[in-house]
Amino acid sequence: MTTTEVLVIGAGPAGIAAAAAAAENGCAVIVLDDNVAAGGQIWREATVGEAASAHRGHGRKWRALERLRRSGAQVLGGRCVFSAEASGTVQTSHETSSGTLVEQFHFEQLILATGARERFLPFPGWTLPGVFGAGGLQALVKGGFPVGGKRVVVAGTGPLLLAVAAHLAQDSAVVSSVVEQASLGQLARFAASLWEHPAKLAQGVLYRAMLWKTSYRIGCWVVEAIAGSNGHNLSAVRVTDGTRVWTEPCDLLASGYHLVPNTEIAALLGCKFRGTFVQVDKAQRTSLPNVFCAGEPTGIAGLEAAMVQGEIAGLACAGISTTLLQKRVAAERAFGESMEKAFALRKELRSVPRPDTIVCRCEDVTFGSLHGYTGWTDVKLQTRCGMGPCQGRICGPVVEFLLGWSPVSIRQPLFPVPLQAFCFQDESVEIATTNEPIEEKA
Amino acid sequence: MFELLSVKINGATSRVARGTTVAAAMLLADRPSRISVTGEPRGALCGMGVCFECRAVVNGIPHRRTCQILCEQDMTIEASR
Amino acid sequence: MKPFDILIVGAGIVGSAVARECALLGWRVGVIEGGTPAGGATAAGMGHVVVMDDSPAQLALTAFSRSLWQRDSEKLPKSVEFENRGTIWVAADEEEMAEVHLRHKVYEEAGIEARVLTAAELADKEPNLRRGLTGGLLVPGDGVVYPPAAAGFYLAEARRLGAQVFLARAMSASQGQVLLRDGVNLVAERIVLAVGTECDLLPSLPIQKRKGHLVITDRYPGFLHHQLVELGYLKSAHKVTGDSVAFNIQPRQTGQLLLGSSRQYGNEGPEVEAEILRRMIDRAHGYMPGLEQLSVLRVWTGFRAATADKLPLIGPAAGFSEDRSLWLAAGFEGLGITNAPGAARLLMDAMLGRESAIDASPYLPARLMEPARLAHV
Repeated sequence: MTTTEVLVIGAGPAGIAAAAAAAENGCAVIVLDDNVAAGGQIWREATVGEAASAHRGHGRKWRALERLRRSGAQVLGGRCVFSAEASGTVQTSHETSSGTLVEQFHFEQLILATGARERFLPFPGWTLPGVFGAGGLQALVKGGFPVGGKRVVVAGTGPLLLAVAAHLAQDSAVVSSVVEQASLGQLARFAASLWEHPAKLAQGVLYRAMLWKTSYRIGCWVVEAIAGSNGHNLSAVRVTDGTRVWTEPCDLLASGYHLVPNTEIAALLGCKFRGTFVQVDKAQRTSLPNVFCAGEPTGIAGLEAAMVQGEIAGLACAGISTTLLQKRVAAERAFGESMEKAFALRKELRSVPRPDTIVCRCEDVTFGSLHGYTGWTDVKLQTRCGMGPCQGRICGPVVEFLLGWSPVSIRQPLFPVPLQAFCFQDESVEIATTNEPIEEKA
Repeated sequence: MFELLSVKINGATSRVARGTTVAAAMLLADRPSRISVTGEPRGALCGMGVCFECRAVVNGIPHRRTCQILCEQDMTIEASR
Repeated sequence: MKPFDILIVGAGIVGSAVARECALLGWRVGVIEGGTPAGGATAAGMGHVVVMDDSPAQLALTAFSRSLWQRDSEKLPKSVEFENRGTIWVAADEEEMAEVHLRHKVYEEAGIEARVLTAAELADKEPNLRRGLTGGLLVPGDGVVYPPAAAGFYLAEARRLGAQVFLARAMSASQGQVLLRDGVNLVAERIVLAVGTECDLLPSLPIQKRKGHLVITDRYPGFLHHQLVELGYLKSAHKVTGDSVAFNIQPRQTGQLLLGSSRQYGNEGPEVEAEILRRMIDRAHGYMPGLEQLSVLRVWTGFRAATADKLPLIGPAAGFSEDRSLWLAAGFEGLGITNAPGAARLLMDAMLGRESAIDASPYLPARLMEPARLAHV
């Protein structure tokens, strides 16, 4: 059991700021992240080859990581939180080459900076190899999947699409089009609102400039991913603007519909929610006095919001007031709200899946089999939708959008863990995993 | 800085740069990570460890999220069913 | 609304089985469910269709009900996942092996196919059991089912035959009237309470909650072939006080393993309790060491409805209520899944005044009011 004053879960922009701020002000800080390295999603490290070439935010990322390093906060990567209790413990699993290391962390104060994940919406053919999330494809590229020379369509909704498309272009992909379901009017209003955030506006303009060869199809959405002659790999997508439908050949499709907050730990702990987001006060404190939350889980509002909120939470743990910073949070929240409006999902997307389109990818439950139930629990019990290892992280937002049901109670384990992990509440232990047949020693 | 490793994917040898995730290696080899419940080939989707589509058998241990694992020399990787 | 022939409170597996039986007779059936259908005790059931011999009456009912499952198995849709896996009662020492032989005799006499397995035969049938066990009793006719889908199937069948389902909480049920929370008042000649452990409609129901924990793993096809239950299971189920755990594991059609079991008395809430979970897992580890590495997807709890003499309440509520319109199909403890079709059949017989395939008197609710019965307990 490792004890610390401040435990930060998530080493993305919010977690990095929180940990650095708390550590700089005298707290003993440990940061846990599921990924190998700090950075979260938006600042994900490339683990192979040269780092991605310079782009806006790069300077901030390196300054933030350097600050974290100097602050004295301890960063532990590869730690997946599967259990947490508000009384002050968190359990993690860490996969090593010889097995699974189960660790216990005891905290006085907890900062949840768990970020967000992409929302995927189903369409016929979305399970074909070659179809990825938008951020998903970018993450895989950073993990060593080369896209040079590959023809890519980036589709869905949200500011992430342009960022992903621009990075893929820098990685020598041929980004033939960006397909954005938001209408021209919505996008124009969003762009207008960016006058209050000149840095964001400039970033957007820069991305667009990097994609000068790419068609930007506004008010359009993908209705089908089509396999090539071998039946197994993507060869084209069908796109519509609501009237016409046309086909665009591609090797890869990067498709994501904005973001959903990772609020599972907060829900497990019993934090109060405001809709789908964790409720926090001006100091980023949740309804539980020793638990703070910063960044996307409190509202999808982007990088700057995450950094400021993380800073506030870290300083609050150190007992330092932050009224000046709190003003910036309000401005960033407003940006988040205008994002929500701009990239609201159009109702036509509900008509895209066909009855035989898979909704739950873990259990291959099709759209057609989801009708006639009373709610999420009913559909889960009867169809197994949401019963797979992703525990509803992918299909939950789909069902919510298509059928209007919100996912219900969160239970531990938050991620799959070896059975033996439940036997160690007080110590850390390595559970050896072998592929030998098990023989009890007599 | 371009050190190459060899790993075995479904029995066939692949050479990848150090730092490549197992999921990326499987994509490079054009092999699915797993076969779904109804027999569809699947590979990584989210790239960040939440979708579980990239699950494969790594060094004999099933249900490993390959987007979170870096390739190591002589690693054996098989698509899971 | 026209009066119903019967109103069934509770759309779990028992209530749904009753609904189907009544609908098959052409009765006007109403089913009332205040939560998620099959979301109560049914969703916490292991789905083990098993002949259990802890008393002659229990043996008779489970054997009868199991035969109905087997007879119906062809008709059950794929989602119900019915499989004739068979049970192996596992013996860990000579004392338990002696018990295996005793039970073998009991089963033989009752006409239930069963076979004694030597240690070698046990290891051959289930290679992932640890070495050093003494053997077991194989009961090939036992099965495995996915309870919520089975309940869903019964309810869908009832609906197909005209039954109406009311998704609302029943606030009161008496004198042939059930008042729903939304204000609707339903009228029927008979009311059946098939409510698991939610007994607020008839507080005098002598039902105690017994909490259980369940764990389900990811897919490991071929790891386990039969449902395995340790012989100590009955000792655990017998205890009327205190907490206990017993090794009980089931292979699901998906290749997932469903692990139980634990029993606790008292007013526990539905939270998973780390200590009892650890004991349950440790016990399982003692039989199948390989389990410890398997990936767990979910852990949950549920409440069994237990009665003082460990037999269910099937029949008129007489004894607990003066109300002639009230009937009970309740108190199934860990055998609700197994006994659902049998109980539905017995209840119908009682309502129609027909003779049952087995003697139904041990399950009549009124028995628990008899002083002799109470003294026995």
